[in-house]
Amino acid sequence: MIPVTINGRRYDVDLPPDTPLLWTLRDQLGLTGTKFGCGMALCGACTVHVDGQPVRACITPLAAVANKMIVTIEGVGADKVGRAVQVAWVDVGVPQCGYCQAGQIMAATALLKRSPKPTDADIDDAMSGNICRCGTYVRIRAAIKQAAAQGGTK
Amino acid sequence: MNTTRDPMPGAASERSRVGEVVLANISRRRFLQGVSALGGLVLAAGFPSTLRAADPPKYGADGMPNGWVDNPLVFVAISPDGTVSIVCHRSEMGQGVRTGMPMIVADELEADWKRVKVVQATGDEKRYGNQDTDGSRSTRHFLDPMRRCGAAARMMLEAAAAAQWKVAVTEVEAKNHEVVHRPTGRRLGYGALAKAAASQPVPPRDTVQLKDPSKFRYIGKGQLKLVDGKDIATGKAQYGIDTRLPGMLYAVIARPPVLGGKVVSYDAQETLKVPGVVRVVQIEPTPPPIEFNPLGGVAVIASNTWAAIKGRNALKIVWDDGPNGSYDSVAFKATLEEAARKPGKVVRNNGDFDAAAASAAKRVSAEYYIPHLAHATMEPPAATVRLVNGKCGVWGCFQSPQAARDRVAKRLGMSSDDVTVNVTLLGGGFGRKSKVDFAVEAAILSKAMDGKPVKVTWTRDDDLHNSYYHTVSVEHLEAGVDAQGKPVAWLHRSVAPTIFSTFVPGAKQEAALELGMGVINVPFAIPNVRIENPEAEAHTRIGWFRSVSNIPHAFAVQSFVAELAAAAGRDQKDFLLEVIGPPRVVSPQDLGDTWNHGESPERYPVDTGRLRRVIETVAQEGGWGRPMPKGHGLGIAAHYSFVSYIAAIAEVAVDDKGVLTIPRVDVAVDCGATVNPDRVRAQMEGACVMGMGIAMLGEISYKAGRVEQNNFDAYEVTRMSAAPRVIRVHILPGDYSKPLGGVGEPGVPPVPPAICNAIFAATGKRIRRLPIKDQLTA
Repeated sequence: MIPVTINGRRYDVDLPPDTPLLWTLRDQLGLTGTKFGCGMALCGACTVHVDGQPVRACITPLAAVANKMIVTIEGVGADKVGRAVQVAWVDVGVPQCGYCQAGQIMAATALLKRSPKPTDADIDDAMSGNICRCGTYVRIRAAIKQAAAQGGTK
Repeated sequence: MNTTRDPMPGAASERSRVGEVVLANISRRRFLQGVSALGGLVLAAGFPSTLRAADPPKYGADGMPNGWVDNPLVFVAISPDGTVSIVCHRSEMGQGVRTGMPMIVADELEADWKRVKVVQATGDEKRYGNQDTDGSRSTRHFLDPMRRCGAAARMMLEAAAAAQWKVAVTEVEAKNHEVVHRPTGRRLGYGALAKAAASQPVPPRDTVQLKDPSKFRYIGKGQLKLVDGKDIATGKAQYGIDTRLPGMLYAVIARPPVLGGKVVSYDAQETLKVPGVVRVVQIEPTPPPIEFNPLGGVAVIASNTWAAIKGRNALKIVWDDGPNGSYDSVAFKATLEEAARKPGKVVRNNGDFDAAAASAAKRVSAEYYIPHLAHATMEPPAATVRLVNGKCGVWGCFQSPQAARDRVAKRLGMSSDDVTVNVTLLGGGFGRKSKVDFAVEAAILSKAMDGKPVKVTWTRDDDLHNSYYHTVSVEHLEAGVDAQGKPVAWLHRSVAPTIFSTFVPGAKQEAALELGMGVINVPFAIPNVRIENPEAEAHTRIGWFRSVSNIPHAFAVQSFVAELAAAAGRDQKDFLLEVIGPPRVVSPQDLGDTWNHGESPERYPVDTGRLRRVIETVAQEGGWGRPMPKGHGLGIAAHYSFVSYIAAIAEVAVDDKGVLTIPRVDVAVDCGATVNPDRVRAQMEGACVMGMGIAMLGEISYKAGRVEQNNFDAYEVTRMSAAPRVIRVHILPGDYSKPLGGVGEPGVPPVPPAICNAIFAATGKRIRRLPIKDQLTA
């Protein structure tokens, strides 16, 4: 049994310790908001927060997150910055297919928590590990700026 | 009104649907014309006998399998609390159809959008009309039927209110979710009227009163948020890969790395030791044609996806690669080039190219290469199947749910009536998810597991190794130009393995639908035009990728026109307008285009005035001719596809080390009237980014029959840091009485040539081979 805390709730997971956090979330715990895209930390679709840091769940073994605080897309709205990012995403009409957007929102939230007023270069640095095949990058940038302007107050 | 999902009476059809499914991307009749050049093979593809050439042609939605349905009893249900449920029968893959299609119904219905719920249709074309979400057709084909559907429902509510008040129906009017009796001001909400309205007769089609477009509340306004926006932003949205059923097993499959390959033997000893692995099942390959059939291989079934992946990694498989084991992209490029330099089948001939070119002041020629591409949808293909008591449930991300239904039924030896296909959101489609091989795989495995639910997930390497690829092509162009540098003779040889090789074994020639994507139907004012199509063999699964053959054709044609402009020392935009010539309406048939995107040549002629207008608009809005800093350049390209007209201007910057960036792209689009302008804009923005990826990065290549790219490290796509900071979309005004154009695909083709023309302006270097990759730094 490996103890993990996800979105404030504790789970004792009975899976081999090398099982990636991604498949633990999706298959074992039913938290399917975190997406599979590449399995090699190349696309960012599986981005979650571990102790506040954005990590790629697809290459993070369960053993590495024992007793850590994990936040996924299902829980990030409890945070005021996360909530502001989600609101901006809807407001700007960022999503097309939407599949990568959970990872984008997790990456953007981590960015804004680190730098509340990011420059374009900050956005490029923080977001270039997250692929959007629909090509919503212009709106992702606009939504990050909108969320930043609101300072997580909404 | 009701939402019953019972099959319609007589839905069980004895007629083979094979032909209809084959034709997933195109109308049946167009296909027939397309393969007629292949002679006796038409019947081998299993076309229903009712579709002989003698039939009057059907176009647009009429020409699609199962056509359209506009019956409000099928699409609209109102509950007593006033909630209006509207069925969306097309698949959502990011184009916004689950917002746009119900919005049309709601507008005519005078429904309050806040009280509308969208219900996704199962795969059932007899009930809903054509559901094959492909070819940039949804809004173009269903604006009118969905308007009639909403308007008829509104009239039924009005009739019910008038009956209740015992007044003439002319005295009542539906407005914002209630019906008002004008003389007395009495009101009845839609909820209160729902039951009575449902038993009103559906008004005959010719009596349905559509709104005047000036009264639209949602159509053309773009103020509504996406129906799935909140679910997406909070992680609640359900995609094909997210399906979870009680007792479900998880499968991944080791497929033959080479098309046509077979398992000789396999050893699963180590696999079966992996904790969580339940069983290993061999899937037999399907004999050609490939169609939407599984490739075969060895499946690992486990209690979670990770165990299945680990189990697959531990398999030892001996493959027989078969004849495609020598497919090699470097060698094949040379093969295509050789074919492109010799005469091929003439598919259009106006005037006399040879004579005109011989007497021209100068001859110019160029050759362009565009490699295979994979869709690489962020959600790889995924499907789940369960068999219970002779009924089959299917869940997945399908662009063509009816094809999934029929293919699964056929493979399991069941009737399609016993198969229910539940359509999830699609995490990207781009044409890949029209091919339902992954649904059939899940069906085979569920059957092998005694009907237990089995989800098949494709990993990224599966997706890149076993896709239905965009073709690879060499485009050879020659022109004879007059003393001013203007072309008087135009020869275009297009050589590319055809999509039809996937359906008709041995097909070697581009079909009408491929030729009609911007090679045969160039509407230039050039008197001597010859278009040729030499043969090319396919050695992998060729499929359709967002905007299909328009990609290589537009790249070559729009690059070549720019090359001619440069040779003549002319402004590229002015020269392009001159080559297009004065505004005129051209019949596609006069251009040798028998396909015309499945649309009527009378309703959808080629209008060079509209093509000129998007060029002039983008030039004005995009600041064509504005001064550029050193190393920057502007390039323009325009293309007509999916019966829409699009022009793009790219601004590029190339630094002294040859590093390319694209600060800004402007796009002008004339797709006729728009239903959801914000989504038109979004599609153009996305098309810019995808077009950029095609220009700069995208390439699937083969060695020893195998795809060389395993993941996004080698198959690169555009990322945030490379994407243009500014994409400006200029939508030309349209008229709802005129036929609509497509939106999902036509934004892509002009982008790569606009970028390469801009690179030429910035550096003097001409790109003739995609992707650009390190060509500027080398």
